Amino acid sequence: MPPDDILLPQGRRAVFEANFVAFRTLLVKEIRRFLRIWPQTLIPPAISMALYFAIFGAIIGRRIGEMAGFDYMEFIVPGLIMMSVITNAYANVSASFFSAKFQRSIEALLVSPTPNSVLLGGFIAGGVARGLAVAAIVTVMAAFFIEIRIHDWFVTLGMLLLTAILFSLGGFINGLFADKFDDISIIPAFVLTPLTYLGGVFYALELLPDVWRTLSYFNPIVYVVASFRYGFFGYSGDVPVGLSFIAVAVFVVVFWFLSLWLLQRGTGLRT
Amino acid sequence: MSTAPALSIEGLKKVYAGGFEALKGIDLRVEQGDFFALLGPNGAGKSTTIGVICSLVVKSAGQVAIFGLDIDRQFAAAKRMIGVVPQEFNFSIFERVGDIVETQAGFYGLGGAQARRQTEKYLRKLGLWDKRNEQARHLSGGMKRRLMIARALVHEPRLLILDEPTAGVDIEIRRSMWSFLREMNEAGTTIILTTHYLEEAESLCRNIAIIDHGEIVENTSMRELLQQLGTETLVLDLADPLSEVPNLEPFVARRTEAACLEVDIDKGQNLNDVFARLDAAGIRVRSLRNKSNRLEQLFVAMTQSEGSTETLVHAAG
Repeated sequence: MPPDDILLPQGRRAVFEANFVAFRTLLVKEIRRFLRIWPQTLIPPAISMALYFAIFGAIIGRRIGEMAGFDYMEFIVPGLIMMSVITNAYANVSASFFSAKFQRSIEALLVSPTPNSVLLGGFIAGGVARGLAVAAIVTVMAAFFIEIRIHDWFVTLGMLLLTAILFSLGGFINGLFADKFDDISIIPAFVLTPLTYLGGVFYALELLPDVWRTLSYFNPIVYVVASFRYGFFGYSGDVPVGLSFIAVAVFVVVFWFLSLWLLQRGTGLRT
Repeated sequence: MSTAPALSIEGLKKVYAGGFEALKGIDLRVEQGDFFALLGPNGAGKSTTIGVICSLVVKSAGQVAIFGLDIDRQFAAAKRMIGVVPQEFNFSIFERVGDIVETQAGFYGLGGAQARRQTEKYLRKLGLWDKRNEQARHLSGGMKRRLMIARALVHEPRLLILDEPTAGVDIEIRRSMWSFLREMNEAGTTIILTTHYLEEAESLCRNIAIIDHGEIVENTSMRELLQQLGTETLVLDLADPLSEVPNLEPFVARRTEAACLEVDIDKGQNLNDVFARLDAAGIRVRSLRNKSNRLEQLFVAMTQSEGSTETLVHAAG
């Protein structure tokens, strides 16, 4: 029997509430972190997206004309929003988690009774929060260049959320395995960026020769971008939106349990 | 209230990847309300033991229970009982002092007003309330140590574990931290301390375990341990300088400076006899003091060799 203690939660409900408080605390801490360093977290995506809009949309876009029946500027906006979400959700969790490991502040969390699922949930929620915050900033900026129309709110918000969760989980796994700061920049530089640029953000897949088009279907970001674009305009090329949703959801579940398993084993955290 | 020991360790083993055996099956018991010292040279297994208790290190075998709560089967309840002050600063230096403590309260399920109340309580107790809105990087070394103590206490743990809590702090702060820890202990908190300042352990702790090469080589009360010491050395400051070492037989004397003499006194010998011989030799003494930390002599004796009580008695006596 545990000793009497006014601060010891008794009963299943009290334990649930305590865990919820721990989750909320971690989420607030994560949000506070990316807001504290806003010149590094919120301003750069805003500037780079403004440049994309100005150069590819307003300047070059005029000469390109239409893409898949849409004004080029209009065509690239969903992909650019999604690109911001992917890179920021991933970077937030990998950088925050690795910094916590590097500074050993993660120990304060590990010695507490916070369950692994709450720890994971808190970091992922932080990544999602930054992804959504950047998505909101980029969308507002896009509204200066095009009229934002939403064809299907469910698809738009659902894919936005699932993508933010998925890439936050990717960032978490990266952070778990990282031993030095270089290790959290390798995947974004050599995997995420090429896949995003080749993921149909700036062009319709129909423009590609058959070989490249076929290869593109092995790029998971193609499905994310095409489905998100469907949410805006009701157009996804020949990418099936329903199947994309299921695939992203399955990857979220797989990555979630993989992360939990790694936490349980103590990978990168416990010796 | 449960009468289970504050900490119970049975057969604890830790073998790191690569085969290094850091703990070789240690048993340890710390009673509720104790002020306990865990000593050992660098690499002896102290931090590994604390790491296992706090679940930062995965044990290879054995059981650990906190107030009767098994750390494997009842990990959440067991962890709520423990507060840990690690040796190295492990908070984000860019966070504000108040946020660091309040966040820790949140990790223990204390939210809102309760977290703020607890944060204020311990920041005030540790003299950091005025610094609550400052980033931790602006604190001095001593303040950072106190911040870690405030953070460890914010959820009112029953067992406080401090790993080298006064390393690198000046004497004044060290003394004030001792005073604070004594108060905590008198109020009922069980405290386990590792330290390199053996004076600290001797001054604060009632019971002690010495760990060396992954094994407990001594586990007893501080008083009993110190009684094992066979010889004490007195340092005498003399009124007049000496040109040679005087004959004080049966006592062994050494001249360390012209007007300073060290005299060894074995258990059973009488201090009056020392002064009788000094008088007879015409030596006048201005002041005297005990040469060094007694515990340090024992510690060195125990950890220099293979480490057994028998070795200790021979070496110290």
